[in-house]
Amino acid sequence: MHDTPDPGDRGDAVCVVGAGASGLAAIKNLRELGFAVDCYERETSVGGAWNWRHDRSPVYAGTHLISSRPLTEFPDFPMPDTWPDYPHHRQVLDYLERYAKHFRLGDDIWFGMEVSSVEPAGDGRWDVTIRSTGGESSRVQRYAAVVVANGHNWSPLTPSIPGEFTGEVMHAGAYKDPARLRGRKVLVVGGGNTGCDIAVEAAQQATRVWHSTRRGYWYAPKYLFGRPADQVNDRLLRWRVPLRLRQWLYRRVLRLTTGDLTRYGLPEPDHRPYESHPVVNSQLPYYLGHGRIEPVPDVARYDGAGVVLTDGSRIEPDLVITATGYRPRFDFLAPELLEADEDGRPDLHLHAFARRHPTLAVIGLLQPDAGLFPLAHWQSVAVARWLRLRATDPARAAAVQQKESARPLESWSRRRVVPSQRHWFEVDHVAYLRAVEGLLSEMEGVR
Amino acid sequence: MSTGFAGPELVRFADWTDPVPPAAREVVSRLPDDDRENPPLLFVPGLGHGAWAFAEHWLGHAAGRGFPAYAVSPRPGGDLRARVHDVVQVAASLPRRTVLLGHGVGALVVARALGRYPARAAVLVAPVLDGWAALGSAVRANPSGTLPALFGGRLRLSARQLFAGAAPEGVLDRLGAGSRPRPELLTRAALPRPVGAPPVLVAGSPDDRVVRRPALDRAAARYGGAPLLFPGMGHDLMLETGWTEPIDAILDWLAKELPAPGL
Repeated sequence: MHDTPDPGDRGDAVCVVGAGASGLAAIKNLRELGFAVDCYERETSVGGAWNWRHDRSPVYAGTHLISSRPLTEFPDFPMPDTWPDYPHHRQVLDYLERYAKHFRLGDDIWFGMEVSSVEPAGDGRWDVTIRSTGGESSRVQRYAAVVVANGHNWSPLTPSIPGEFTGEVMHAGAYKDPARLRGRKVLVVGGGNTGCDIAVEAAQQATRVWHSTRRGYWYAPKYLFGRPADQVNDRLLRWRVPLRLRQWLYRRVLRLTTGDLTRYGLPEPDHRPYESHPVVNSQLPYYLGHGRIEPVPDVARYDGAGVVLTDGSRIEPDLVITATGYRPRFDFLAPELLEADEDGRPDLHLHAFARRHPTLAVIGLLQPDAGLFPLAHWQSVAVARWLRLRATDPARAAAVQQKESARPLESWSRRRVVPSQRHWFEVDHVAYLRAVEGLLSEMEGVR
Repeated sequence: MSTGFAGPELVRFADWTDPVPPAAREVVSRLPDDDRENPPLLFVPGLGHGAWAFAEHWLGHAAGRGFPAYAVSPRPGGDLRARVHDVVQVAASLPRRTVLLGHGVGALVVARALGRYPARAAVLVAPVLDGWAALGSAVRANPSGTLPALFGGRLRLSARQLFAGAAPEGVLDRLGAGSRPRPELLTRAALPRPVGAPPVLVAGSPDDRVVRRPALDRAAARYGGAPLLFPGMGHDLMLETGWTEPIDAILDWLAKELPAPGL
């Protein structure tokens, strides 16, 4: 295929790391611009986080989308319009498998192969070390570019809680089946979407449920006025309603529909609406109102058979589930390649392009207020065009890079957020897509 | 670099806030006996026609040449957006990247769908891409059937308009059942740039009384080519007595454009 002397040199080919939703979109969109692609996937099937068979998949039996179907599907491969507003995770996997099959992406994926290191080889090229998962054998291949799509919801972030606990503790990533909760006293730690989902499942199964959150959040319902809430919210964005007015409307609507959650003992949010990642759960207030979920403050320490909370009270759960999120990990890349700080937070243009390495990009490292797939799609379209432009017209590529470096950070990255690791990659989907649209228009005509 | 196409549409408020509701879709298919890994063909009929117009001859012929062939009827009362939605839904439901083939107004639907779905290839047969030109031709060829439709009446297509000679038996009774031209056919909104850069063929007849030669040339030029012409035929190439010639030429073109089957 490639006229190169060294079998390990893949010439102009691009290496894609991971065959989850973002990796699949990257393969397809790179190939559409004529790139040869080698994708390495440590598992033996596609779907990444959405494939419940994968040991690193965070999905649990009851996982449904929290963004509605039109805001979640790939823009050039819609989900069946007969599917529900919020498909189940198995439908999402089915969708990704059909996407891979429709575009014959499997031809370019090496399953059971893990990327163990990616090192610059000079001249913008990369030496990628690949080894079979769990095996000893490894080889090095040289690529013209590397597109990282290894996901950021697989390495559990566990809180360091002092003391000893004699009961069972598990991270939400290991929680799959609500049967685990049946007949037990359960403490769920974390007020994110997963924490709320598990608290609700516990309310249906367990004998007693405590839900510990560090702060008050804005819990949005899944439906407003009979429509998926994200579709209603996008109507406001469509009309270009200013943020302050949207925040006011948000408070009004929430007060009129869900009502005042402090009545159940939840703390008041310490931030405005749209300043934290949306937590979408219609059932949490319902079970709070039925006394099936008891809200409690943050955990202070473990104490033998009990857990001491920051208000000094002590509870005695059988099972503690920490739904405290995941952290991004790029073990195969030196931190400076992604300009990561000491906390491991990468600094990338549009959360995608390595600032000093024009042939290195990350796809899907975003926390949008909508589905991720459309954003990953357009990111990978932009990456593919960028790589093509750089190869065919370096002068114009340099001009584009110059122009992009002047793009204000606040135009695409949500800056006013609760300062926590949860919000490192928080973006507003419309603002973000407009920024990518701007980049694409600078590269118009590249094919 | 500007080719008269609209740029990619990243922000899609219409779809996000007001998605096209699902509808039962009539899809007719003829499949080859053995899978030769050819891409599926999806035919999209124009105004007054349904999937039947392709089921008559072309679907079976394409299947005979090894292509899984499908046609989707317009949903009753559906606007242009709903028709584009239906075409993309059907295309995405097929196991491989699909070739989209539209006839008349169906070609306009395909041209719009090309901005939404990376088709393997596309064929625009007697395409009505410019509603005003088509309207002018239609008024000249069939004033009594066309003018009432402009004022909310029913569109009545005539044999003289659609066929070079006499209309085939039984076809006229099936034409135009309940169809009313939609006002959006007369907008001159820019067509989207096809995603995935598929090869696009424009085919038609210089003797077509709906889409005339200059309109064919303009349509082909837009997609960077010249039209494939079938002189002596009318607008409804798939129903004319000489229907084999255009479909064979289209399938030959496809075979040439898609050297590796299915890729």
